Amino acid sequence: MPNDQLELPSYLHHTDEVKRRLSEIRERPTVMSLSGITRRFESAEGSVTALDTIDFEVRSREFISVIGPSGCGKSTLIRLVAGLDTPTAGEIWIDNQPVTGPGADRGMVFQGYTLFPWLSVKRNVMFGLRMKGISRSAAEKKALEWLDLVGLADFADHYPAQLSGGMKQRVAIARALANEPRILLMDEPFGALDAQTRCSMQSHLLKIWEAVDVTILFITHDLEEAIYLSDRIVVLGAHPGRVMEIIEVPVARARHPDQFLSGHFLATKKRLESLIYDPETHSKRGSERMSPVAA
Amino acid sequence: MSATPSTATPPKSAIVRKRSRAPRFFVVRAPLPKGASSWALALAFAMPLLVWAALSYLPFLWHPLVLIGDPGDTKHPGQYAYLATGQRVEREVFERRNAELAAAGKRLAQGERVNPVFLPPPHAVARAFYTGFTTPPLRPGEYWLHESLLQSCQVIFWGFFWSALIGIPLGISCGTFALCSRLVEPFIDFVRYMPAPVFGALAVAVLGLGDEPKITIIFIGTFFQMVLVVANTTRSVDPALLHAAQTLGASNRQLLMHVVIPAALPALYRDVRILIGWAWTYLVVAELIGEKSGLSSFLYQQQRYMNFDNVYAGIAIIGIIGLCTDQFLAMVGRLLFPWESGNNRLSRALKSFTRLFASQKRMPASVTTVL
Ligand SMILES: Nc1ncnc2c1ncn2[C@@H]1O[C@H](COP(=O)(O)OP(=O)(O)OP(=O)(O)O)[C@@H](O)[C@H]1O
Ligand SMILES: [Mg+2]
Repeated sequence: MPNDQLELPSYLHHTDEVKRRLSEIRERPTVMSLSGITRRFESAEGSVTALDTIDFEVRSREFISVIGPSGCGKSTLIRLVAGLDTPTAGEIWIDNQPVTGPGADRGMVFQGYTLFPWLSVKRNVMFGLRMKGISRSAAEKKALEWLDLVGLADFADHYPAQLSGGMKQRVAIARALANEPRILLMDEPFGALDAQTRCSMQSHLLKIWEAVDVTILFITHDLEEAIYLSDRIVVLGAHPGRVMEIIEVPVARARHPDQFLSGHFLATKKRLESLIYDPETHSKRGSERMSPVAA
Repeated sequence: MSATPSTATPPKSAIVRKRSRAPRFFVVRAPLPKGASSWALALAFAMPLLVWAALSYLPFLWHPLVLIGDPGDTKHPGQYAYLATGQRVEREVFERRNAELAAAGKRLAQGERVNPVFLPPPHAVARAFYTGFTTPPLRPGEYWLHESLLQSCQVIFWGFFWSALIGIPLGISCGTFALCSRLVEPFIDFVRYMPAPVFGALAVAVLGLGDEPKITIIFIGTFFQMVLVVANTTRSVDPALLHAAQTLGASNRQLLMHVVIPAALPALYRDVRILIGWAWTYLVVAELIGEKSGLSSFLYQQQRYMNFDNVYAGIAIIGIIGLCTDQFLAMVGRLLFPWESGNNRLSRALKSFTRLFASQKRMPASVTTVL
């Protein structure tokens, strides 16, 4: 049986290209830092700790993913960063400014479709610019450029209801990016799409990210998606949500779907699987809970 | 094994074909077949009319009374000797009287089977519909039917206008700001249980005769409901849209003006359409307080004179006005909110029209010169 298995490299082994890229990223300025983020929900049934002292930093133009099992607090985390919720403890800093509420410097693409149904596609993309007080004609010109970038220039005058799910999310991305945020927050943006659309959206997102000066915090529970897209992956464990490991993805850029079968890709996937699905590798808390039985 | 599917297939497809051939009218939340939809619409009005016509023109169906044409020998005494020409009596009474007369060998009473006065036949109502507008008022100082109608429409319009003018902004504020909701809604919830008519006497005492107290009743009848309905509709705006707008940098004021209101607008419009129906309900009360006026006073009078054909004509007018207003508003709604009815023909025509202009503007000079 062991003969059937592939000989995989260690996920910690980095090729020279990867090493160079990651060390270059480490030298860039910090865009966002989380320190000791804790979020507890109090309810009649008792209190739930959704997030427990989360710490990590995101560098400029980095593509960072957060993965974890369902209910581990991924959406809670991104809502805190967006300023739509406030942490029970800890602080979030964007460009050395503490986050106190939602703002245009943190664009967001949501899990569901949140385009404004009463506005045409073009007007949706113009929304943020108009809120900033940019003139209609200037906003329109910019919106059309962004729609061109996401490949939807022909649909500028359609209403969101007339678009497919994938097209809607592309508009949502254009809408968020048109605002030129420092960091783009994406909460399982492709979760509701079918496998093929999802795959083409991932490639599309990478192209956009390469063309635009933006940092991306990407949430997903799809391991391959996380590896394919990111420079680093933050793995969260559930109950309470906490950082189990931050993996530096050993897969070379520019990414290509063929890499799904490369040794480094598979090794990373295996490591993520063991972190998320395998109870044996769970952190200290898990083993502490086991100890009474041993004693 | 491979033989089984081939033998099993023919009956299966036969079943499928049979099913698809029969028109299916009872499919959960599916549109009707093309022709059936307009047929159903026609039937919706034809069915009650047919029942009414049948009851009116087919004597054997109901016609429980007898209209006395000739009372027979009225001098003959008896329990039912009160019969007189033109009277409508129970059929049983008529038959007993004739039995009395027959036993005494007197001249029999004559009559035809008719319906009670309160159910005039369709043609009488149709005639009343026409004559209602052509007959001058009985006494000087009274109004023509069309004048009454205009009065009623004015009362409805102003009552509803004021109620919407204050109620909609107040409702939107309540649905948006927790403070407004807390300050306003409990009291309104309390007042709305008081029936509007109880304010009638008060309104007349304060505002005197004339249209003001009537407008006030319509206002009271619709305003409190309106605030609560509008507040609830506003509250049901998807919070995800608000979050999206916030992450796009919308300020508090911009959230209200550019997200909450446009998002709630189509539903608010539907609410208003329903509330106009309420206004008509309160009209009848409003017009009978103080100085009787409008369509209701016309109906009230005709009822007292037992002119039921006129009464039905009046009621039908209210129905027709209501239906027309609602259909008109529905059409305007489709124009105002094209994203709600994506494939609406009117709005599409409008859109392609505007696009035509836009594309002409955008066309480069070289193209226009070639053209
Ligand atoms: N408003 C809330 N009130 C109470 N508990 C909440 C609330 N929001 C989230 N939680 C709890 O916090 C935990 C994390 O929820 P969250 O939505 O962040 O999970 P998630 O990782 O995004 O899951 P999924 O992958 O399914 O989207 C859950 O256990 C949930 O019960
Ligand atoms: Mg989530």
